[in-house]
Amino acid sequence: MEKKIIATTSLAGCFGCHMSFLDIDERILDLIELVEFNKSPIDDIKNFTKQVDIGLIEGGCCNSENIELLKLFRENCNILVSFGECAIMGGLPALRNGIPIEECLQEAYIDGPTVGENKQKILPNNEELPMLLDKVYPCHEIVKIDYFLPGCPPRAELIWNALVALVTGKEMELPYEVVKFD
Amino acid sequence: MSTTIRFKIDGKEIIAEKGQTIVEAAKANGVYIPTLCNFEGLPPKGCCRMCTVKLNKRYMTACTTPAADGMEVESDTPEINDFRKGIIELLFVSGNHFCPACEKSGNCELQALAYRFKMMVPRFPFLFPQKGLDASSPKLIKEQNRCIMCKRCIKAIKDDEGRSYFAYQYRGNKLEVILDKKLGKEISDALARKAMDTCPVGSIIYKELGYYQPIGKRKYDKEPIGSDIEVQQ
Ligand code: SF4
Ligand code: FES
Repeated sequence: MEKKIIATTSLAGCFGCHMSFLDIDERILDLIELVEFNKSPIDDIKNFTKQVDIGLIEGGCCNSENIELLKLFRENCNILVSFGECAIMGGLPALRNGIPIEECLQEAYIDGPTVGENKQKILPNNEELPMLLDKVYPCHEIVKIDYFLPGCPPRAELIWNALVALVTGKEMELPYEVVKFD
Repeated sequence: MSTTIRFKIDGKEIIAEKGQTIVEAAKANGVYIPTLCNFEGLPPKGCCRMCTVKLNKRYMTACTTPAADGMEVESDTPEINDFRKGIIELLFVSGNHFCPACEKSGNCELQALAYRFKMMVPRFPFLFPQKGLDASSPKLIKEQNRCIMCKRCIKAIKDDEGRSYFAYQYRGNKLEVILDKKLGKEISDALARKAMDTCPVGSIIYKELGYYQPIGKRKYDKEPIGSDIEVQQ
């Protein structure tokens, strides 16, 4: 059997979903028999070098760079999976949804109790920085997403079962304890 | 006249007492019909439609419909279950239900229903409504982001004179259930805890108690909601 190719990325996420991925522990050795990694923080390949079978997306979209990267993944991956609450519904970053951007920045860089020295009251505004979006968007509201793996983070068991199903083409096992939103 | 009623749910014979609703009769016979706004011991309100069943080709709320002889009730069918799942999804997108940061996670009935119906993602767009939070009571937090307006608290949490601690405020899409500011300041410890337990979601939070049960020990960590009813038989 030809190896399936996997790519992963973290958009507006905390890398917790990737950590949970690594919680499949020694099964990563079985996985590497079945798949090859392309663009992913796991092998540190920075750019797509070929068409990928399965793309895993952690995190929602909070800025322009997230959108570009998500679209790039959609173009380069046959199947795209949102994994984790942030990719699915915005998650923790989406707590800012409903608060105007100016207020968020004002609190984060000027008024907040943990702000250190910022006497000139500078807000980050360099053209090299991605633009913040008006709110944080779930990935499937930006591009088509094929599958969803909930959890904060998704249980390692859920990620494993999903990959096994996608790689082997068999129906996915979904025991009650592995599908959780927290 | 006999007070025993016989009818069928999904072809299964149900024996009920006169005066029981379909939900109550089903429960007594080991059949789980999902409910959300309904709360044992309180008069049914019939507002969430989670308990929708089909009776004579019509959709009825099983929590308000009395059991009657000879009824043929459809409940656990793909069509009705998809309606129910749709209701759960609507509730998820119309509030801000961020489970990982909710004290009620693991004990929340809305979340438990989502688990039971295998909701992986709502089919509707998230609304991210702007809602507030009232922490002025020394005992309780009223978290509006999570309220599903089931009215259980209004009906259950009353003082000796029968006055509700909770009430509706505003109308239409501004409607919210609030904790009365004055009564909230005086609420007893026992009643505050009861309020938290009455709320199906994490909208009424007893202060300084959050996350007291570890993951794995909470009500819906291991068994789906309703399985306690289903194992009875
Ligand atoms: S606070 Fe809880 S019990 Fe009261 S109406 Fe809202 S969801 Fe229902
Ligand atoms: S439980 Fe019957 S309508 Fe809510």
